[in-house]
Amino acid sequence: MVKTPGTEAPPRPTTPHRQAPSPLEEHLRTLAGQVPDPELPVITLAELGVLRDVRLTSPDHAQVDLTPTYTGCPALQNMATDVEHTLHTAGITHVTVRTVLTPPWTTDDITPDGLRKLADFGIAPPRPQHTTGPITISLGPTRTDTPPPACPHCGSTDTELLSRFSSTACKALHRCLNCREPFDHFKEL
Amino acid sequence: MTAPATKPQAAPAALALADDALVLAQRLGEWAGHAPVLEEDVALANIALDLLGQARVLYTLLGDEDELAYLREERAFRNAQLVEQPNGDFAHTIARQLYFSTYHHLLHTQLATTPAPDAATEDTTAPDIRALAAKAAKETAYHREHAELWTLRLGDGTPESHHRMQRAIDTLWRYTGELFQDLDGLQLDLHTLESNWHTAITDTLTQATLTVPESPRTSAWTAGAGRQGLHTETFGRMLAEMQHLHRSHPGASW
Repeated sequence: MVKTPGTEAPPRPTTPHRQAPSPLEEHLRTLAGQVPDPELPVITLAELGVLRDVRLTSPDHAQVDLTPTYTGCPALQNMATDVEHTLHTAGITHVTVRTVLTPPWTTDDITPDGLRKLADFGIAPPRPQHTTGPITISLGPTRTDTPPPACPHCGSTDTELLSRFSSTACKALHRCLNCREPFDHFKEL
Repeated sequence: MTAPATKPQAAPAALALADDALVLAQRLGEWAGHAPVLEEDVALANIALDLLGQARVLYTLLGDEDELAYLREERAFRNAQLVEQPNGDFAHTIARQLYFSTYHHLLHTQLATTPAPDAATEDTTAPDIRALAAKAAKETAYHREHAELWTLRLGDGTPESHHRMQRAIDTLWRYTGELFQDLDGLQLDLHTLESNWHTAITDTLTQATLTVPESPRTSAWTAGAGRQGLHTETFGRMLAEMQHLHRSHPGASW
């Protein structure tokens, strides 16, 4: 076991103080939140938990805060473009999309609906984490993950890890030893 | 994030960390299409992508990211020499990953979890570096785990994989001392960082049936090193390849 120092979770920062959103801001946030994820179109930005805020700085200018899942996630640019397009269509002339890093996104930010949709799509959803601190790494034999994620196809937990990194940074590649199907696991972050 | 009007004091630290991430991302990208198995092709490219994302955030704190990446000369880069070392064979790349990602993970964890010092001792760039560190700590935990698992498989694998892994561990050892130099403008507990690094590396190598090198972790002949802008011979060639397109076709896009 390699224990990383200081793994106790720091208190989660709250959104900086701002006025309660107006009905129009709520509406725009709902619209922006319905934009599908560019790489996993079964779930929306709201369900993925990456839409942090939508506010109007003037009647025709909306400012949107998005947070990346991974710092280098190339889908972020597409998300920004799609949100801009959606808000333009809703009649907002100017849209500014900001990238915010604090507090860092975690897979716990995915909504219950989002988790269910991932599973229905064939991706083993991330399991809840109890801290937001760094991950404790266990240095064990290869091809294990404790506890192993359940196969999204047959539900068996008799699965093995093929690779920590799959088609995107946020997923790991596993194989079910029961039904023999390979599957992606949205890894905990 | 917009470029600050005055040059922040933590700029040298941000530049060093950004250059580490960019240069290693470029090296790892060289594996695309060449890794031993498809899963590793994907894994190394994913790690490179994380690093590139971290570099972009840091460069954006300092100015124009393209100018910083593509238009600086070799001597202006502040990355540690470890990350510019050529890929070599797969064991060599894994040894470089083990040394660097262990440092990277411990560094980001320390930056993210220790309370920020008084504003008097750190300037306005430092909190941005710490905000990125909170994200990067979680990403680099996976990089580190990837390197540790491969070190185990290669070290405790066949006689050939053991031999190559030991050779790589020994060859790159002398570049690891540099990782624990001060980063200007950031308050760090370098002593704890280095001691935790050494313990972690020793644990992994021992479990992988490899021998921890006993030679010095810096070369007697280096006059400073990467953090002072002094680089090894292969770095210029790597930069030439990385910067060639941008310099030949300024402002090109697709």
